[in-house]
Formats: sequence, C-alpha cells, structure tokens
Amino acid sequence: MRKKKRNDLKEAAIGAFFFTSGILAVLVLIGIFLTLLATAVPAFREIPVGKFFGHSRWDPTSPEKAEYGLLSMIASTLLVTAGALLLAVPIGIAVAAYLSDVAPWRVREVLKPVVEILAGIPSVVVGFLGLVLFGPALARLFHTANGLNALNGSILLAVMSLPTIISISEDSLNAVPKAYSEASLALGASRWQTLVRVKLPAALSGIVAAVMLGLGRAIGETMTVLMATGNARSFPRGLLSSVRTMTADIAIELGEAPYFTTHYYALFAIGLVLFVMTFAVNLAADVVLRRYQERER
Amino acid sequence: MTSAETGPKIQTRNLDFYYGPTRALKNVTLDCHDRRVTAIIGPSGCGKSTFIRTLNRMNDVIPGTRVEGRILLDGEDIRAPEVDVVELRRRVGMVFQKPNPFPKSIFDNVAYGLRINGWRDRRRLDEVVERSLRGAALWDEVKDRLGENAFALSGGQQQRLCIARSLAVEPEVILFDEPCSAIDPIATAKVEDLIEKLKTRYTVVIVTHNMQQAARVSDYTAFMMLGELVEFGRTEKIFTAPASRLTEDYITGRFG
Repeated sequence: MRKKKRNDLKEAAIGAFFFTSGILAVLVLIGIFLTLLATAVPAFREIPVGKFFGHSRWDPTSPEKAEYGLLSMIASTLLVTAGALLLAVPIGIAVAAYLSDVAPWRVREVLKPVVEILAGIPSVVVGFLGLVLFGPALARLFHTANGLNALNGSILLAVMSLPTIISISEDSLNAVPKAYSEASLALGASRWQTLVRVKLPAALSGIVAAVMLGLGRAIGETMTVLMATGNARSFPRGLLSSVRTMTADIAIELGEAPYFTTHYYALFAIGLVLFVMTFAVNLAADVVLRRYQERER
Repeated sequence: MTSAETGPKIQTRNLDFYYGPTRALKNVTLDCHDRRVTAIIGPSGCGKSTFIRTLNRMNDVIPGTRVEGRILLDGEDIRAPEVDVVELRRRVGMVFQKPNPFPKSIFDNVAYGLRINGWRDRRRLDEVVERSLRGAALWDEVKDRLGENAFALSGGQQQRLCIARSLAVEPEVILFDEPCSAIDPIATAKVEDLIEKLKTRYTVVIVTHNMQQAARVSDYTAFMMLGELVEFGRTEKIFTAPASRLTEDYITGRFG
C-alpha cells in the first residue's frame, strides 16, 4: 500500500514537471511575441501604416527625409523564397522518392545521414559558397557584373532547406504502409505508378509539412541572403536583380540604429511582419494537414 | 465442388525459394487447375505464403531473395526475361491477408487498376466498377456511397472491396493469401461464398490456416510443411484418405 502511495506521488511529480515545462515554453513564446509587438507598435506613431507597407523606398538615415517603405523588401523576401521553393521542392521530393523507393539499402543508409548532416552546415558557410562559388558562376552564366542577386540567394536557400524537405518527405514516404504499395503492384501498376498514385498521395501530409518547414527556414534565413544577394534596396525587377530581404535589413541596420528611435522601432516592425508571415505559413500548413487527415479518416 | 477435370493453369516445377541463405521452398512441384480452387494448407512458417507470392512474383520486391525452378502460367515461364512483371500481375491478381484498400474512395479503389492502364472514360469506368463490385457481392451495400472513403467500410467489406479491385482488371488467376484471417466469421462466410462463385471464371489459389475453410471451398488441396509439398490431391481425398501420415496428423489436429 505504501509503495502505491509513493508511486502516486512520483507520478504526480512527473506530471507537474512536464506540465510546467510545457507551460514555460508557451509563456516564453507569448513573451517574445509581446515584446516584439510592444517594440514594433511605436514605429507607427511616426510612420503611416499605409506608407510602411505601400511604399518601396527605405532610407531611414537620410539627412533630408527618412523614408520607411517596406514594399521592396517584402517583395525581395518573397522573390528569394519563392525561387528557393521552386528549386527545392521538386528536387527534394525527387531525392526523397529515390531514397525511399529506388536506392539500394546500402546507398540509402549512407546517403540519408549525409543529407541530414547538410542541415548542420552553418549559414555563414553557405553564404560564403554563394559569394565565391555560385556568385561568379551566375555572373558568367548571365553576363552580369556580379552574381550577387536574388537567384543566388534562392539557390543557397534551396540548398539549406533541402535537407529538411528530403529528410521529412522520405520519412513520410517510408511511413506509407507497405500494404498500399503491395496492393498497387499486385494490380499490375509499375513502381513509378505506385509511387505517383499511391505513395505520394498517402505521404502528402508529411511532404506538405516538410515543405512548410523548409519554407519557414527560407523566410527567416538571414546570414546567407545577406552575403549572397547584393543588398540593393531597390525594388526587385527579377531573379537577377540584387535585392535586400527583410531579414538582411534588420541584421545590417539594427547595430547602427540608435535605441528607441523611429528607425529602431521600424526594424522591430519588420520583425513583426516576418513573424506574421511565418505564422501564416505554419497556420496554412496546419489547415492543409488537418483537412487532409480528415479526408483520410 | 466440381468433379470434371480441367487442364493446369499454373504449374510449378522443382520450385526453390531462398530468403538470403534460408531455403523457404524446397522442390515444390504442383499444378493449379484452370477454373478450380486450389487450397494451400500447412502450419505457420511452412512456406505457403511464400509459395503463393512467387506465383505473381510479389517476392521480387523483397531484397535478397532468390527463386530457382520453373513457374509456368499457361505453359509459359513467368520468370523468362521477356515476361513483363507488370503484365503478369495483371493476369494474376492477389488478395492479401489484411484488407488493404487505398486511402481513396470506394470508387477510386476499384477503378485504380483501370486508371493505371489509361482508362479515362467515366461511363466505361462506371460500368466496370459496378460489375466488379457486383462480382464481389458488395454492390448492394455500397452503391449509394461510392464516393465515401474505403476506410469507412467494415473489415469484411474492405476485403470484398479488395476482391472487387482485383476483379476490375479481369485477371485470369486470383491468389488469396489467407483472406479471412483478419475478418469475422460472417464476413468470412461471405468471402467463401464469393470464392465458390469466382471459380466459374477464374483460377483460384487460396492459402489458409483454416482447414475447414480449405475443405469447404477448394477442389484441390496441397499440404505443405517446412517448405516442402507433403501431399497434393483432390480435397475430398486429402481430407478423407490422406496418403501421408503427416497430412493425417495435421488435418486431425494433432499438430499445427
């Protein structure tokens, strides 16, 4: 009897510990959000919201008239991210499909950890590659003065989000019950048909999650794009323009902006916009997943 | 049960099968007669599932396996280099132990085998789906909800859906790998009735754990043990006057 009581106590303590940890994580997140909000909002005492989002001139340190138009940076971030996804999604899914369906067991056992290690490469290193490797190559390919442009950033972000996309997509392809592919093969489907018509749809929720995680990483990535995209503040005219993303701008200017000035607050406002964007992506992923899972049931 | 003799549809000759170094089938020579039901019985691990899966080359997908000997479908070796395994599996359908419908609608499940063959015409698809579901004695239960997810069906219905799915591609042979081991007795009775009907058009090979089932549905019975074919013959003979002592011990429940 006594032993049972002691066990109950232990159970309660463990329960309390995990409950506190969970609550703490949520509290920290809420705290970050509130701090961000509180520091971002004062920016709009001086900057009209319409101007902040609707204008593309950003020149907070101009001696005549400071300009706070975020539009070109939003466009740049979207451009670089979209380019990255366009590259990373097809390649990522193809590699995942290869690893789970085609690769001999031994190749898979080697390749998968290697891909996952790629995720650990510091972003500075990737940016460096962009600076010295992809940049000059792009410059030669497209006959531009230098290769520091949106495309370069997209390529690097694709490289950085590939490990996530590959690894999680491959996991979800592998999680598709073997019974599905057996059923398909037994009906006279080829391996390709089985992959496209049975395995990929069944793994879709995981693949969507993988892409969203990759997207989240791409939107928030700073150092790589800072080094590789050329940092021009103008509105991007295409993948070959030099661009400055929102993340890069915060990183460049925050050190220089005097505390508690409009400039300082404006940078936090950019942070808030980024937060909202990534939040929206995650929310969208969640909605897609839930709808899909409901249909599955 | 049918008494008239028909020609062999599937023949195996000195069939050996290896999982790596393990020899799972030993020198199995057996004829499955056209439009008859052949049951394969035997204790767990005797190789009966392995055997049936060699007949449509489903074991090909398992790495490290090897087949020796010959497997003939209408007298032609199914492992000959010019044989397309995809084509073979269209002729030799399979129903698995656990019902394994796709996470798709009932309709899409049955239409799957047709669509991968490039069928697009909705009217023809409708026709074949209905015919297949009728053939699997499931039509009346699902005709009003073809768009529903197959997982909404009961286990027994799912298994008949899987049978309908196989029928849709009009195979010549249907392999059943313990089709009733995961469904309840009433559903089992329905599947057994169905197998009885199917043999008017198809050659059926069924692996079963259940000796009563073998006795009820089959015309021929093969008894296997430890990868070897112990005895093969007409079902009534195997169950009333087995030639081998082992067979007798097994069917009277002395082991197994």
